[in-house]
Amino acid sequence: MPNSGVEVLFEGSNFERLLGGLLVTIEIAFISIMIGTILGVVMGLLRTVPTRSLRLLLRLYLEAFRIIPILVWLYVVHFSFSPLLHIDISGETTAILVFSLWGAAEIGDIVRGALESMPKHQAESGKALGLSKGQLYRYVLIPQAVRRMLPGAINLATRMVKTTSLVVLIGVIDVVKVGQQIIELGVIKAPNASFWVYGLIFILYFLVCYPLSVLSRKYERRWQS
Amino acid sequence: MKKHIKALTGLLLAGILLLGLTACGNSGNSEGTTNGSAKFASIEQLKKNDKIRIGVFADKPPFGYVDSQGKNQGFDVYIAKRFAKDLLGDESKAEFVLVDAASRVAYLESNKVDIIMANFTVTDERKQKVDFASPYMKLSFGIVSPDSAPITSIDQLKAKGQKLIVAKGTTAETYFTKNYPDIELLKFDQYTEIFAALKDGRGAAIANDNTELIAWAKSNPGFTVSIPAFGGQDTIAPAVAKGNTELLNWINKEMETLGKEKFIHQAYKDTLKDVYGEGYSDQLVVEGGKIQ
Repeated sequence: MPNSGVEVLFEGSNFERLLGGLLVTIEIAFISIMIGTILGVVMGLLRTVPTRSLRLLLRLYLEAFRIIPILVWLYVVHFSFSPLLHIDISGETTAILVFSLWGAAEIGDIVRGALESMPKHQAESGKALGLSKGQLYRYVLIPQAVRRMLPGAINLATRMVKTTSLVVLIGVIDVVKVGQQIIELGVIKAPNASFWVYGLIFILYFLVCYPLSVLSRKYERRWQS
Repeated sequence: MKKHIKALTGLLLAGILLLGLTACGNSGNSEGTTNGSAKFASIEQLKKNDKIRIGVFADKPPFGYVDSQGKNQGFDVYIAKRFAKDLLGDESKAEFVLVDAASRVAYLESNKVDIIMANFTVTDERKQKVDFASPYMKLSFGIVSPDSAPITSIDQLKAKGQKLIVAKGTTAETYFTKNYPDIELLKFDQYTEIFAALKDGRGAAIANDNTELIAWAKSNPGFTVSIPAFGGQDTIAPAVAKGNTELLNWINKEMETLGKEKFIHQAYKDTLKDVYGEGYSDQLVVEGGKIQ
């Protein structure tokens, strides 16, 4: 088939640019997942404490990220907060900030859910053995909770990878944006380019997200035995 | 029952939270806007930073796009580079920020760019939020017709049986409905349909934005843009943050200087000629910031 459009992927430095865009995607997602997990675990533990006001506050925080679309958060932080506070943060930093906070909220909820789902006798047996509160969490509750968290956490991680495509709207050039630039440039010369470009982006996202699924399955299997 | 009450409280709580947050968001937003437009870099600061941030499109060829080497190119970019060269001594000192159409105003208001040159059409609504410099391009309507039966004046269309093809919802449709109610219009939803209709001879001519028509006629022999420019003229101009008169004045002066050497025509030749052809530069380009 002459002029199928596939050659557009390898024209000039197009392929490298797409990979460069993918790197931006991975960077934002990876750093946010890391920070989000650390903050989220702390938050999840705090949400099981008896102090009502603290629990309410954290609950509000979670709902804020659940209810308000991530896109709105990106816009508000990028175009409103940063000039308000007289700091000029780049689109990428904004993205990492928003995604980390979102990750923290969701991971926090997953951790809380896992801890609360633990049968009561686990904690009681631990106490009966004379474990301190710290020991109880360290040796009994958290190890078991982690297993229950894993599917939810992996699901969240892949969702975060995919949601990074919103960052183009605050001027970050990720893999999707590079793809659109390539398509628009060739709109007259290679009208079928979009099929190939989006096809490649599909494969790239798959390559990023699939290992996460594999990893999660591996651990689940290991813990089951 | 207890469960229901709990669920209801939860729902209420969520509602209150949502209200509170949107209210916060709003106040934050408007404050950000006024605050953002109050500050911007002076020319002296730009010189000290040794760079100027210019917002351009990345996916609108031939005006602003990224080529296969990853470099910014296009008509807007061409002129923007010249600004950087004349202000800071080298065109590489232009730092291109890639913007999209909906957030062009926000970029200026939040001081994330110094100038927007992203095919920004001057409108009254936008004028309240940003300051536009002198234009470098103008848009008007055009009429394309077959070479065998050219329509060279709008009056020709008033004759019986002469249908004018327009696309629904375009400014051209509004223009003719308002100013020439006696011309019979043939309306279609899609751009592809209006061109097909002209080729089939279902109408005598097409009226639309002249840029679209010029580009189409160039790749369709047998048809010419017989009236290249008429009707309400929109202009495209660089924009700066509201109140940034220093930079605004500099751009206006720069436009005059560029006009003397016919620089915008040069930009047309280097970036738009392939799409629109040689002959239309006077219909599209504004030189020296003044519409002749």
